[in-house]
Amino acid sequence: MTKIFNRREFIKISGIGLGGLALANPIFNKALGAVLVPDKIPGIYSKRIPTICEVCFWKCAGWTHLNKDGEIWKLTGNSDDPHSNGRLCPRGTGGVGMHYDNDRLKTPLIRTDKRGKQVFREATWDEAFDYIAEKMQIIAAEHGPECVALFTHGSGGKYFTRLLKAFGSPNVAAPSFSQCRGPREVGFFATYGEGVESPGRLDIRDTKCLVLIGSHLGENMHNGQVQEMSDAIDKGALIITVDPRFSTVASKSKFWLPIKPATDMALLLSWIHVLINEKLYDRDYVEKYTFGFDELKAHVANFTPEWAYGITTIKPHVIRATAREMANASPSVIVHPGRHVTWYGDDTQRTRSIAILNALLGAWGRRGGFYYPEKVSVPDIPHAPYPKPNRSWKDAFPGKYKLANLALASGICDATIPNAKNDCSFKGWIVNGTNLISTIPNQKNTLEAIQNLDLLVVVDTMPMEIAGYADVILPECTYLERYDTIRNSPHRERTIALRAPAAKPRWNTKPAWWMAKELSKKLNLESYFPYDTQAEELDWQLKQIGSSLEEMEKIGVKNFGREYDDLFPMEDLADFEFNTNTGKIELYSTSLEDEGYDPLPKYTKHEDPPEGYYRLIYGRAPMHTFSRTANNPNLTDLMDENFVWVNPKVAKEWDLRNNQEVWLENQDGIISSNSIKVRVTERIRYDSVYMVHGFGHTQKQLSRANKKGVSDSELITKVLVDPEMGGTGMRGNFVTFLTEEPMGGAV
Amino acid sequence: MRYAMVIDTKKCVGCSDCVVACQIENNVPIGYCRDWIVEVTTGTYPNLSMELRSERCNHCSNAPCVRCCPTTASHITDGGIVLVDEKNCIGCKACIAACPYDTRFIHPEGHVDKCTFCNHRVEKGEDPACAAVCPTKCIYFGDIDDPNSKISKLIKTRKWKTLIPEAGTEPNIYYLI
Repeated sequence: MTKIFNRREFIKISGIGLGGLALANPIFNKALGAVLVPDKIPGIYSKRIPTICEVCFWKCAGWTHLNKDGEIWKLTGNSDDPHSNGRLCPRGTGGVGMHYDNDRLKTPLIRTDKRGKQVFREATWDEAFDYIAEKMQIIAAEHGPECVALFTHGSGGKYFTRLLKAFGSPNVAAPSFSQCRGPREVGFFATYGEGVESPGRLDIRDTKCLVLIGSHLGENMHNGQVQEMSDAIDKGALIITVDPRFSTVASKSKFWLPIKPATDMALLLSWIHVLINEKLYDRDYVEKYTFGFDELKAHVANFTPEWAYGITTIKPHVIRATAREMANASPSVIVHPGRHVTWYGDDTQRTRSIAILNALLGAWGRRGGFYYPEKVSVPDIPHAPYPKPNRSWKDAFPGKYKLANLALASGICDATIPNAKNDCSFKGWIVNGTNLISTIPNQKNTLEAIQNLDLLVVVDTMPMEIAGYADVILPECTYLERYDTIRNSPHRERTIALRAPAAKPRWNTKPAWWMAKELSKKLNLESYFPYDTQAEELDWQLKQIGSSLEEMEKIGVKNFGREYDDLFPMEDLADFEFNTNTGKIELYSTSLEDEGYDPLPKYTKHEDPPEGYYRLIYGRAPMHTFSRTANNPNLTDLMDENFVWVNPKVAKEWDLRNNQEVWLENQDGIISSNSIKVRVTERIRYDSVYMVHGFGHTQKQLSRANKKGVSDSELITKVLVDPEMGGTGMRGNFVTFLTEEPMGGAV
Repeated sequence: MRYAMVIDTKKCVGCSDCVVACQIENNVPIGYCRDWIVEVTTGTYPNLSMELRSERCNHCSNAPCVRCCPTTASHITDGGIVLVDEKNCIGCKACIAACPYDTRFIHPEGHVDKCTFCNHRVEKGEDPACAAVCPTKCIYFGDIDDPNSKISKLIKTRKWKTLIPEAGTEPNIYYLI
């Protein structure tokens, strides 16, 4: 039916979707007006509807408040919710901007050929689904259904996951694993037989000492953790921050260790050395619960603070003093496992050494350390078993990444590029709520993979860069306009939360549930979506656990308490069997050894920046979530571009001034598409530069984000891959400054 | 009865939640704000310190904006909240010039606008939107004349400062330092 393009061109989604369907509903004309001409009588509202924030993965539960005209007015936290405790973060508060953003995707679009030029045409939902189903069936017939993959970072992805599994593909990947927290989960699993999970089992509110390794809490607004850190500060907790940048939390810390980047492992090993050699570790705990202490002791014998000083630039007395502070606070101490930890390729091993430190301090399973979370068992919708897939993404990487317990987004991307060794390369991608162009490093590689696809479906609310490469774009309505899966995350107590629609979808946008169900009809898989409406499906699920949709629409969050009284099971040295080979906390990891990896973490020297180049460090700003919020009218009003942070010594050398526009060029000759303003600040080391991730868009349709700042992702072309689990280390890239616009460099 | 705010700079992470919550609560047009974040970094690498604080109208007890207003649009309520009556405001900007804290701006509709301590919420017994939303709970609101209020206790037990005290405005925003 449709021509397969032999060369996929990037299409700018401009001037499309603004046509007949836009503003058809008079209520939304008024809603638009509410942004531009403010209502002068605040505080009057008639109704609130429960929601779960979709601006980040923390998924805080809250309320959508309507104004007297029944339009969305504001969002607040739900005080019964342990993720938000009644207080949303700035992104959650500004989430209304996602609903009111007029740059949203508005109607389905299909790539077509118009006089030799590839363009998008507006399509009906039926046409779009026919197109996708036909392509998926061709791929299944020619290559097998496993050759269709799903990339997801959003609630709607759950429904596409069901569709894909029913179709016969197990290849569902979230960049949050291989580009973010994967090494942490694998490193902790290898030690404790359990991961940290999300939102994270950290008892920060009761900790006496919080140690942050590059984790910039307060700039990453992991809401519950930021709140608990503030509670801990109130109670006099001591904070130790290790960061080449004087982060916000560094300014709240008793100790700031401005470490030379890429040397964290040496510091961690040296801390282990001090704890053991000065006999500061929790001896009863270590004796009762751990395996491999003697091997660890021998392993770290030479990792003295003097050894680490030469590597990290952190003075020996500071290393000793901080180790002693941790021991003083033990067991109410947390060496924070971090979240985005794909840095240098030895990230599983680095998080292993963090896990080991916490074990030596007796923090795991203790108050003020790590708790044992619980969650409700919510039954899945009854349906026929999924067909058994014949292949998985892992088959493309024989003998590699053996500890990856979730699919690798970057792995699927790599396995899409044809390779003689591959049994099958991926032919179809469905991408839901993640801008893979910014998410997966080495854009050239991602674009090469995309060129080899027969089908690329992008499901999103916004015209992100990835949408420009799609064959079909399915416009999702925002989280304020739809139901979603029940939030059921592990926490101190078992809670569930509901997201319910507070407004009709603007324009011709739809929820993922509906899209997946309609597609299931076209693919003869409708039995996997047995309910006519999402509300009926949710109601069935909620009734299985003693609630109902009616109840949840009133309360938003339901607390089921705790099933077992074991929040801190190691509190009194009670017997406990860990889910590891030895049943103990494995300081020496037998599972890593069995797979041929280092059973004890080693320090590896990483490359230093060449002369005239600076290590590119990136991070978060509290009012933005990656590029998801880059065009949000409320949040761009707080911050609409990123700056490159430069130490005054470096600025002097390059004659750089505040607010001067520069371009950045990396070690592989890649030049930033946009320019970026300089921020000269003492808050960054002289061997590094820093910028906030998520900026530097080049998509014209993102009217507030286009050409604002630089994309760090674009400059991350060197990827340091974690051998254990395939995480993509992104902090081995170096940049230099171009003070004049490069000739033809900017695309 | 005198409403005041105590802001703990030791806890503030400068996230701007107070800014966006205020904008949405009070329908402040995009591009304007009634509160904002100030970051002050001192020292040289690696011996640095930094203060983050949320600023807004100080609801001064001796308010120059009120004294200079030719139409009495700027006035002080019974609880000490400084307000602008939009209907009486002629947009002459005398108050903007008089305010040492630069907290006032001309609303696109022509009148002066600024923080109201969310008077409409306070009347209902609620905290101002900025205090209610703050994830670090670093913004405390209450009656500074009541010795048993949380804010009175905080300024009794903690080290604090006000902004530009030498201006003699008797500001009612206290910063814990």
